[in-house]
Amino acid sequence: MAAHSSLLSVFKIINPRWNGRIGNTVKVFGTTFTSHRNKTSLTPPPAKYGGRHTVTLIPGDGIGPELLSHVKEVFRFSCVPVDFEVVQVNSAMEGEDDIMNAITAIRRNGVALKGNIETKHTLPPSVKSRNNVLRTTLDLYANVMHCQSLPGVQTRHQNIDIMIIRENTEGEYSSLEHESVSGVVESLKIITRNNSLRIADYAFRLAREKGRRRVTAVHKANIMKLGDGLFLQCCKEVASGYPDITFDSMIVDNTTMQLVSKPQQFDVMVMPNLYGNVVSNVCAGLVGGPGLVPGANYGQDYAVFETATRNTGKSIAGKNIANPTAMLLASCMMLDHLKLYEHASSIRNAVSITMNETRLHTADLGGQGTTSEVVQSIMRVIQSKGQLTSEL
Amino acid sequence: MTARALRSLPRALKPVFSNRCPQAFAVRKCHQAKQSTYTPPPAKYGGRHTVTLIPGDGIGPELSGYVQELFRFCCVPVDFEVVNVDSAEDDITNAIMAIRRNGVALKGNIETNHNLPSSYKSRNNLLRTTLDLYANVIHCQSLPGVRTRHSNVDILIIRENTEGEYSSLEHENVPGVVECLKIITRSKSLRIADYAFKTAREKGRSRVTAVHKANIMKLGDGLFLECCREVASGYPEITFDSMIVDNTTMQLVSRPQQFDVMVMPNLYGNVVSNVCAGLVGGPGLVPGANYGKDYAVFETGTRNTGKSIANCNKANPTAMLLASCLLLDHVKLHAYAQIIRGAILSTLSEAQLHTADLGGHSSTSDVVQSIMDAVQSAGPRTLSM
Repeated sequence: MAAHSSLLSVFKIINPRWNGRIGNTVKVFGTTFTSHRNKTSLTPPPAKYGGRHTVTLIPGDGIGPELLSHVKEVFRFSCVPVDFEVVQVNSAMEGEDDIMNAITAIRRNGVALKGNIETKHTLPPSVKSRNNVLRTTLDLYANVMHCQSLPGVQTRHQNIDIMIIRENTEGEYSSLEHESVSGVVESLKIITRNNSLRIADYAFRLAREKGRRRVTAVHKANIMKLGDGLFLQCCKEVASGYPDITFDSMIVDNTTMQLVSKPQQFDVMVMPNLYGNVVSNVCAGLVGGPGLVPGANYGQDYAVFETATRNTGKSIAGKNIANPTAMLLASCMMLDHLKLYEHASSIRNAVSITMNETRLHTADLGGQGTTSEVVQSIMRVIQSKGQLTSEL
Repeated sequence: MTARALRSLPRALKPVFSNRCPQAFAVRKCHQAKQSTYTPPPAKYGGRHTVTLIPGDGIGPELSGYVQELFRFCCVPVDFEVVNVDSAEDDITNAIMAIRRNGVALKGNIETNHNLPSSYKSRNNLLRTTLDLYANVIHCQSLPGVRTRHSNVDILIIRENTEGEYSSLEHENVPGVVECLKIITRSKSLRIADYAFKTAREKGRSRVTAVHKANIMKLGDGLFLECCREVASGYPEITFDSMIVDNTTMQLVSRPQQFDVMVMPNLYGNVVSNVCAGLVGGPGLVPGANYGKDYAVFETGTRNTGKSIANCNKANPTAMLLASCLLLDHVKLHAYAQIIRGAILSTLSEAQLHTADLGGHSSTSDVVQSIMDAVQSAGPRTLSM
């Protein structure tokens, strides 16, 4: 640690003289050292060379590979200046090398797009969920999911517009379990003040940026008084610094019941890990299913985009019936993150227009369209808008 | 052991005292024995049952009042022993002792005040764990006359009621870091799975789904799942499958008709039962039952205090009244249960008297009055109104 910081200070001294030549090298050094320091204020620069971004792509299992190849197809077609670095992760292997390679690649590039990696039940319990390892190692503390009723998709509830911010690294997903006495298993749910303050702050900042008026904290503090009590307290503290935003709280069981009867009452919701899992799946079901909602995992330095409900879709893999919307919208979120706003809005537009065509709905929306038909239609819409595209 | 010696004493004296007071001895000694196979006899004297009534907070007292009124009107042979539970520690012990005495209880939800220190456990939780009411059974059915977005929902939810995330075991070793313990034990998981399959068999159900999150909580929920599988192997006529809780909740809001019987640990049970209650029409319609080996406590399915609508004459009495019907079934007064249930359903469907939570304008007293009318018109002996 000392060696690194001293080298960096040497560079700072040499820098003015070598400014023209080693300007880039300083950046490289900066990137290498940043990940070693805990509380760094130096954000790694985006992996953008020659105007083209490099993004890590993790195909995952099930429908992941085919959907991500469609994303690549659409990007290539729309001439999006993004190159993908594909990293395969084998879910059947017990070793951690694959996922560590993926993590290194994400550290290198800063941004990733991933499919869900299956957690095989046949492997011993010491083999942690690969997705979870990825999230905790990269400290992607905020999982953001925006559930919106899409025009063209008929659902039982209309006008839903809920933003769910879920703590992504601690809580019930700490993977800390032990069996001290045979037949009695203790699972630890960890809630820390730091992480709770961090996620609450993220939630309020995001609500302010997006012009949202209300943040609801979801908890079970009547039973888990210390744990969820601490979470709630942190949310209240942060809320006091945002007087323009209304803050209220609701117990998770009441929340889920209100969601299925009157989901329009919710605006922004912030919650610990497990409740976030359940609530986000309920909301995804309300707006039309797992094939429609994209999700994003944000950390301080990295961002990983995926489908919101993280399904592997093993049963429909390779059959050309999966809904590509979620993955394509996730790639649009990624483009927004990379500040390629025009490309993002053109693809998003094309997806909405295609959604309006009911004959192109895939099986999960009750239609008979295939994945490739939907993707073709999206590409045609992009072409018809007049932007620069490759051959169809 | 003095307890054991004392227990054998009534058995020795039984022939002598058999006509006089055998039951009194047995009931008193029962709760001192740890693993007794002795089931306490029902608190039934002179053909009338005694049931503990805990009004609770919020809408509990008024709804319990309606239950008493209705039972009195229908001449149901049940007497209520009312035990009020306040914030004091002793009150809940009194309530528990009353339930031990009577074996059956009807309760409203007792509020857990957030402002009190965290050493103060939830009273409802304390009651459930002390009496070992291990199975929480909620039957969510689409009721005729209540319009909902989903129809033909008929799900039986069996939720483990004593362990899991509700163990109330938390500590803060390092300031700012709280650890909550979620306990899953083999014996309790086997017990709840067995209960689920037995209930499914009794009610003629064909499928049991275990809800879990074993991909993340591999040891904990993995153990639960394993226990369910073991028990399932002893019930070959019942299909057993499992589903992860997030997928379950998503399927519930899109296609709830696919579920039959569901068994799960405590927290998932809480969430899933609330989702199902929301699907069939809300918290005012679904009754819940907590069964233990020796005791049974009946309450509303979603355990709401309803503080905001207390004493406004707006609460929906259906859930509490259906819970009282479950109570009547439990004490084997099936005829009365059927009459009251029929009256409630006719009020909902024919008379269309809906309270505010169902989108109507009727008051609680109107609904109860209509139910009493329906009971009287059905013919059995009733008091004058």
